[in-house]
Amino acid sequence: MDEQYKATVDSGPAPVIEPGYTFGTVTEKISAIVLTRPASNGWFVGFGIAFLMTMMMLYAIGYLFLKGVGIWGVTIPIGWGFAIINFVWWIGIGHAGTLISAILLLLRQSWRNSINRFAEAMTLFAVACAGIFPGIHVGRPWLAYWLFPYPSTMGVWPQFRSPLMWDVFAVSTYATISALFWFIGLIPDLATLRDRATHPAARIIYGMLSLGWRGSARHWHRYETAYLLLAGLATPLVLSVHTVVSFDFAVGIVPGWHTTIFPPYFVAGAIYSGFAMVLMLAIPIRRIYGLEDFITERHLQNSAKVMLATGLIVAYGYGIEAFMGWYSGDRYDAFTIWNRLHGPYAIPYWSLLICNIFIPQLLWIRKLRSSPVALFFVSGVILVGMWLERFIIVVVSLHRDFLTSSWGMYYPTRWDWMTYIGTIGMFLAAMFLFLRILPAISIFEMRTLLPEAEVKAE
Amino acid sequence: MKRERIYGMMAEFDSPTALVEAARRTHQAGYNKIDAYSPFPIEGLAEEIGFYHDEVPLVVLIGGIIGGLTGYLMQYWMSAVDYPLNIGGKPPHSWPAFIVITFEMTILFAGISAVFGMLALNGLPMPYHPVFNVPRFALASKDRFFLIVFSSDPKYDPTGTRGFLEGLQPRSIAEVPS
Repeated sequence: MDEQYKATVDSGPAPVIEPGYTFGTVTEKISAIVLTRPASNGWFVGFGIAFLMTMMMLYAIGYLFLKGVGIWGVTIPIGWGFAIINFVWWIGIGHAGTLISAILLLLRQSWRNSINRFAEAMTLFAVACAGIFPGIHVGRPWLAYWLFPYPSTMGVWPQFRSPLMWDVFAVSTYATISALFWFIGLIPDLATLRDRATHPAARIIYGMLSLGWRGSARHWHRYETAYLLLAGLATPLVLSVHTVVSFDFAVGIVPGWHTTIFPPYFVAGAIYSGFAMVLMLAIPIRRIYGLEDFITERHLQNSAKVMLATGLIVAYGYGIEAFMGWYSGDRYDAFTIWNRLHGPYAIPYWSLLICNIFIPQLLWIRKLRSSPVALFFVSGVILVGMWLERFIIVVVSLHRDFLTSSWGMYYPTRWDWMTYIGTIGMFLAAMFLFLRILPAISIFEMRTLLPEAEVKAE
Repeated sequence: MKRERIYGMMAEFDSPTALVEAARRTHQAGYNKIDAYSPFPIEGLAEEIGFYHDEVPLVVLIGGIIGGLTGYLMQYWMSAVDYPLNIGGKPPHSWPAFIVITFEMTILFAGISAVFGMLALNGLPMPYHPVFNVPRFALASKDRFFLIVFSSDPKYDPTGTRGFLEGLQPRSIAEVPS
């Protein structure tokens, strides 16, 4: 354990946790954000803006329920529009949380311990935002439960040969497992808050939520087994979710969709955008709450490297799409590529290449990888780029298919934008609340990173 | 059944090393009904107090198998038995199309079994527990390590056990009221 700790702490460019902390001070510092620190004016302003954006989303959705999807820009041939673009964008962002909490746990990357908690929260809130879109896109959202197989008086069942049904199961499983994973990770920390809270209401609420956790060795043993197994289950699950999302496209025969590169390139893109969101959240959080000792330069560097690697896989995906357009000899595929580069949506496509491929290459420079400001900027660019990618996939493929008579154009309306921007508000509002109510960093996992946590052989 | 008034004798330690050492010596001294409490998982501690059988993996395996079977059989019965629909000329029992949902249901059931199985085996939720009667036990979720010998242990006797625990050089000792 000593060597392992040294290896993780001393040899790297920056430590995972700054030296000088004890079990007590780590506990103190993280729980103080929730228990003793008063909410600042900045928090109220930030939460207020996010809350107003959420209200705007509810207004847009309310109007949608009143009028129908005709208020959106969707028309035939582009029936998918913003709803599916935003669904894929949000669900992709969520993937980084599971990658950090499950895959990096299995790979024994202990640096994940300081960012997994809020990355998992990010996953949950992103999946919640994603879940809104297919629900309101079905046209009659009050019948969305028809998606689930339940015994109805009509006697029919869902069509299980359709990737859209697979998606229902993949996304609802993903939401359930992410919530369970997040919650069992929280139980020991909720017990810490229960024991440290002074307000009686806080003691009761945290006490109920901690389920009476007392840290027994038997409990820890089963807990760790369950946590590890859950990580092992979440790992193939997260890869399957974006694979199934890509099947929504790839199983169709529309040029630009019908390709086998989609599953790996969707998963890589998901992790790419997810890490960008992790950085855009981590950089301000560590600054505002003084957590630079726990979320160190090491975390920023590593996240930047993951973005660089997944970004290159995404670039490879674009390259293969273009190559196959030419190599397949299929005139519709070739036209799709030509249309992306020169058609009516050429500006979004070229912007996508700049955002997702060219600007992120700055991350090769070590100095920029360790600069929070530069990383924040590059992450923002990547999030825009990944949104544009889904716009290109959905809109450009649909608007020019096999028959020129069925060509069309897609222009989002203000209701599309209000709903989309509103979900960003909902996401941020949930993050603001999370930071004040629950420990944003896993306290018990941080304790295990300390040198005093190791059991010395006598 | 007569309710015992004393639940056990609890000793407090400063470090994980001290706790593991104390647990080993207590177990070797012949105490079998003991438990240890720590603010984070300590590798090997459960074995020191004589806990070897962890049923969580079995629960998860059973959950996963039930989930997979449920997923596949549900789709088979709905698509091929109860209401066969000819869609695109595909056979009613088109098994390759059923794989994805079978997989997702396996993960879903196994994951739910892992969480609720772990909680059930741990006897949680349990809002009241005698160990919480010791005021210093609040530190067990922060930076202190505790060892308890239950009064149900055949070797337990109030003075003898206290004397034994004192020999382990704990930070404090407390009797746990039931």
